[in-house]
Amino acid sequence: MFKEDQLKKIGEGKRKWTEDLSKILSETPERLPRFTTISDLEIKGLYTPEDIEGLDYSKDIGFPGIYPFTRGIQPSMYRGRLWTMRMFSGLGGPEETNKRFHYLLAHGETGLSIAFHYPTLMGYDSDSPMSRGEVGKCGVAIDTLKDMEILFEGIPLDKVTTSMTINPPASILLAMYIVVAEKQGVSKKDIGGTIQNDMLKEFIAQKTFMLPPKPSLKIIVDTIEYCTKEVPRWNTISISGYHIREAGATAVQELAFTLADGIAYVEAAMERGLNVDDFAPRLSFFFDSHIDFFEEIAKFRAARRMWAKIMRERFLAKNPRSWMLRFHTQTAGCSLTAQQPYNNVVRTAYEALAAVLGGTQSLHTNSLDETYAIPTEEAVTIALRTQQILAEETGVVNTIDPLAGSYFVEALTNRIEEQAWEYIKKIDEMGGMVAAIERGYPQAEIAESAYKYQKQIDSGEKVLVGVNKYVTDHPPITIWRMKPEIEERQLKRLRQVKETRNSQKVKELLQKIREASQNGENLMPHLINAVREYATIQEICDVWREVFGRYSDPGYF
Amino acid sequence: MEERMERKVRILIAKPGLDGHDRGAKVIARGFRDAGFEVIYTGLHQTPEQIVSAAIQEDVDAIGLSILSGAHDYIFPEVIELLKKKGAEDIAVFGGGIIPEEDIPALTQCGVKAIFTPGTPIEEAVKWVRENIKPRK
Repeated sequence: MFKEDQLKKIGEGKRKWTEDLSKILSETPERLPRFTTISDLEIKGLYTPEDIEGLDYSKDIGFPGIYPFTRGIQPSMYRGRLWTMRMFSGLGGPEETNKRFHYLLAHGETGLSIAFHYPTLMGYDSDSPMSRGEVGKCGVAIDTLKDMEILFEGIPLDKVTTSMTINPPASILLAMYIVVAEKQGVSKKDIGGTIQNDMLKEFIAQKTFMLPPKPSLKIIVDTIEYCTKEVPRWNTISISGYHIREAGATAVQELAFTLADGIAYVEAAMERGLNVDDFAPRLSFFFDSHIDFFEEIAKFRAARRMWAKIMRERFLAKNPRSWMLRFHTQTAGCSLTAQQPYNNVVRTAYEALAAVLGGTQSLHTNSLDETYAIPTEEAVTIALRTQQILAEETGVVNTIDPLAGSYFVEALTNRIEEQAWEYIKKIDEMGGMVAAIERGYPQAEIAESAYKYQKQIDSGEKVLVGVNKYVTDHPPITIWRMKPEIEERQLKRLRQVKETRNSQKVKELLQKIREASQNGENLMPHLINAVREYATIQEICDVWREVFGRYSDPGYF
Repeated sequence: MEERMERKVRILIAKPGLDGHDRGAKVIARGFRDAGFEVIYTGLHQTPEQIVSAAIQEDVDAIGLSILSGAHDYIFPEVIELLKKKGAEDIAVFGGGIIPEEDIPALTQCGVKAIFTPGTPIEEAVKWVRENIKPRK
């Protein structure tokens, strides 16, 4: 990008600067022996054109909407359309969550995102002994289609898109969503949204797993195959790094393991005989936006460039839409503190800014009280306003990928990409992500990083304001609490649904699911039929547990 | 004077219920191991029955429960109750996770010996164990 004689002059200038600096440092040393990112990448004091000497603008940086998409996947980015403000929400029963949905939509969010309670996430109903103490606490209780109907009361599914954070039972929730739309008179050709549906990262990080890896993948490919034909506007999977990062991974690990998971999914779908250009445009991604500002921006840019290369060069996809990494971002929950919770508003704001400068398509901002509980209305409003102020007041959306060309940011993007490729190579050598998971590789890497980080916090090497520095008292805050009547209502409803539905029909449809699971048929049509008759999530998952077996945590630490 | 060989303190770190957030449990398990305690980690999705059974079988001196799902109000009392039923109430129960301050007195009342809230340094938990947990025999 720079001519040789220019670089020579810059090199000479740098030498002079370094000499001047060493004189100053001998009297006033730098504040720290090393300056690193939160992921321990060492950062220099100054970056110059020398640091991006080999960079080719057209090949490596390029233009938004054009391979390799470093600057963004849409030609107009936020000038054409802002990112979707999609706040992850779920609390108590469907009534409470419906209320929260309406509240957030009225306050300007532009997409819905469902947080389910633990029993639903794990394929249990609210009345299971496994669900004791858990109902409605971490998200919304959904047992049957009836709950989903209440959840979407007054919400037109042809006008709004919904992301569902759900993994083992993702296909079941998608089936329910399709039927809710059907009852609203909306065709499945017209509904839009996402199911997270990413089991590999469950085994690695989020741990809402149920069945072993092979059948889990089979069901995922069923949803990809089905949606490619029948639900064309649906994002079949949200290949996630967020949870990997939250479990303690570094930025490079988050990026590498996510893309390696993506590679595994593309391979699995192609093994089924699907044409890569038919399904790849509807794969989507989900990243963390952590507190180290530039590291995150570089990570997002590297992610786009890497996935573009993987899709075009490794999988020989021809459709440019197959090459595009579209992603949702959530600001880092693990960066927030219980101490001095109002500081979390600031952290979330910086993290949101990084996500936007990194070119995200969709964003959730955490609330200040999430280290304690599900957000209150007040707290979630501040979180949403954070995005709106970012979009409307800061001016960062006026131009596309404003940090391109920064010697530092481009050098960091390159470096993160390089290190991520090393991980992907290692995983390829192990035989791919499923094999790597079976030998505990990503889990061990993450546990190592998590422990290292905790030691750095405990020693004060890394600072967490309010926790190991600037420690002062703070007044208590009011938090959201689950009410026992909500659980009672949920159990009552579940009983009533089971009493009033055609249980014989449900039994037959569950048997159909059993047979389809045993003979490898695509499960989606059977799931839709079963949920329409008010089969419960657990009834279906119990069939799967019976046919496919359970996965149990190997308990590495 | 007879020299008594004191065995190492044995701790069971457990993840009860459906909560899959195991970052903290693993960090503490490792921190305790590095501090010289014998640590058994149960892994995820343990029922109170499984936890108590493992604790007795492994002959531990204390159980550490990690709960981030809000189910602490059910799980802690249940584990303590089961320990009593099995005649193992001398196994101390402590824990951590996402547990609101206002819930801690009730847990203390039912017999929980300590709750380590977010931001607790590993060394603080280690120190507490050294000072409060002795081998049962």
